[in-house]
Amino acid sequence: MNEQRFNIDVENINAEFCGSSTGYADERVLISLERAQGFGKLKNLPKRLPVGCRRGGCGICRARILEGNYKRDPMSREYVTLEDEKEGLVLLCAIYPLSDLKVRLEPKCVKNLEVNSQSLEI
Amino acid sequence: MAMTGVLRPGFIQMRVMDMEASKEHYINRIGLHQVMEGDDGRVYLKAADEFDHHSIVLRKADNAGCDYFAFKVYDEATLDAYKKRIEDYGIEVDDVRAGEQPGIGRRISFVVPSGHRIELYATCEHSDPKPGINNSHIWSVEPHGMRARRFDHALFYGPNIDKVQEFFETVLDFRTPEQVDLPDGGLLGIWMTCGMKAHDIAFVNHPEPGKFHHVSFELENWNDVGRAADIITNYDISIDIGPTRHGITYGQTIYFFDPSGNRCEVFAGGYTYYPDLPTRKWDMDNVGKAIFYYERQLNEAFLSVVT
Repeated sequence: MNEQRFNIDVENINAEFCGSSTGYADERVLISLERAQGFGKLKNLPKRLPVGCRRGGCGICRARILEGNYKRDPMSREYVTLEDEKEGLVLLCAIYPLSDLKVRLEPKCVKNLEVNSQSLEI
Repeated sequence: MAMTGVLRPGFIQMRVMDMEASKEHYINRIGLHQVMEGDDGRVYLKAADEFDHHSIVLRKADNAGCDYFAFKVYDEATLDAYKKRIEDYGIEVDDVRAGEQPGIGRRISFVVPSGHRIELYATCEHSDPKPGINNSHIWSVEPHGMRARRFDHALFYGPNIDKVQEFFETVLDFRTPEQVDLPDGGLLGIWMTCGMKAHDIAFVNHPEPGKFHHVSFELENWNDVGRAADIITNYDISIDIGPTRHGITYGQTIYFFDPSGNRCEVFAGGYTYYPDLPTRKWDMDNVGKAIFYYERQLNEAFLSVVT
C-alpha cells in the first residue's frame, strides 16, 4: 500500500462541517470515509454515509469535490455526466486522493431513497 | 414430464465499464469459463456444469446494469406460440436474428411493464466445458474460484410489478411461489418461477424503471458460500451482505459487487416448488426476516442500491 496520507474533509449539503478522515493515496475515498465512520469521526451527517456498490456503478456516493486533486476510475455516466464531471462531481468510491480533499455529498438518488423509505416505513 | 413452455433462465447480458477487471471477477473469482469473445467485443461466459453455449454476456459500456434477461423455451413452435400470446396481450415483440449471439438461435424480445427487456429463444448449441453424458465424472474440469454451478436467476427493480406479475403468470405461464405485500394492498416484491425452483426471476417495486439489483449463481452447499466469503475478502471484492439466509426461498447466500458495481449473489439451497402449492406471503412487519433471515432487518443498500 502507498503510505502517503491525505486529509479528506466532508461537508454536508448545508455546508455544515461533518468531520474528516485520513485517506491513503491508493485507497478509494469512500473506503477511507467508511473507516472514519467506523471510528466515529464522521458526525452530524444527515444520514449514514451513502455506501452502495463501492465500484462506480450505483451512484449512491455522488459528491462534489470542493478542493483538491484526485485520480479516477471509470464511473457510471448515468450518475456522473460529462457536464457533471466538468463541475467536479464524482462518485467517491471511484476516486483516489492526490492531495488533501474537501468534498460535499450530493447524492442524485435522494428522491428514490425517500420514496423507498416511506413505502417501507423503515 | 410436465415442463414444456418456458424451461429456465438461459442467459443475461450485463453492462460493464472495465472488461478486463470484469473477466477477472466472473472467471477467476466466481468460477465461470470464457467460451469466446465476439467480434463486437462482447465476452461470453458459462459455468462448467451448464451444457448450453453461454449464460453470461458482458458488454463494455459507460454505465453498469443489465441489457436483457433471456429464457430458453421448449422448442421453436413454443417460441412462435409465445410470440402470438405476447402480441395478443398488447406488448410489442421484436425479432432478433439467429446468430446475433454466437450459438443462440432466433430470439423474441419485448419490454415488460417494469421497463425490463426480456427475451425468449428455443435453439442453443452446446459448448465446452460441459458435463459429460456417458459414464461421466462429477466435473469435466476442476472447479475454481467460488465454484459456481450455474447462472440461476436475477432480481430487477422497477414500477408496475403487479402488471409484471400478471404478464408473467397469464402470458408466460410463470407462477409466484412467494411475495411481499405492502400495507396498502400493493406488492413490494414478487419471486416467480417457470419450473420447480423457488424463483427464476424476481421483481421489487421501485420508482425508476429498468433497474438491475443482482445476478445470482448457484453453489453446491453452505460450505461453498463460506468459501465465497473468504474469496471476497482475500481479493478485496466489495461486499454487500452475508453470509446469511433468506426467509424467502430459504436460500443460503452472500451478496457482493462486480468491478462495475453490478450486484452478484452466490447461494446454495432453496426449496422445491410445485405448481399446486400456494403463494407464500410476507407482510411489511416481517420483511426484514423475509429478506435477511438471520439479521431480521433490511440493510439500506438492499433497497436503494441498483445499477
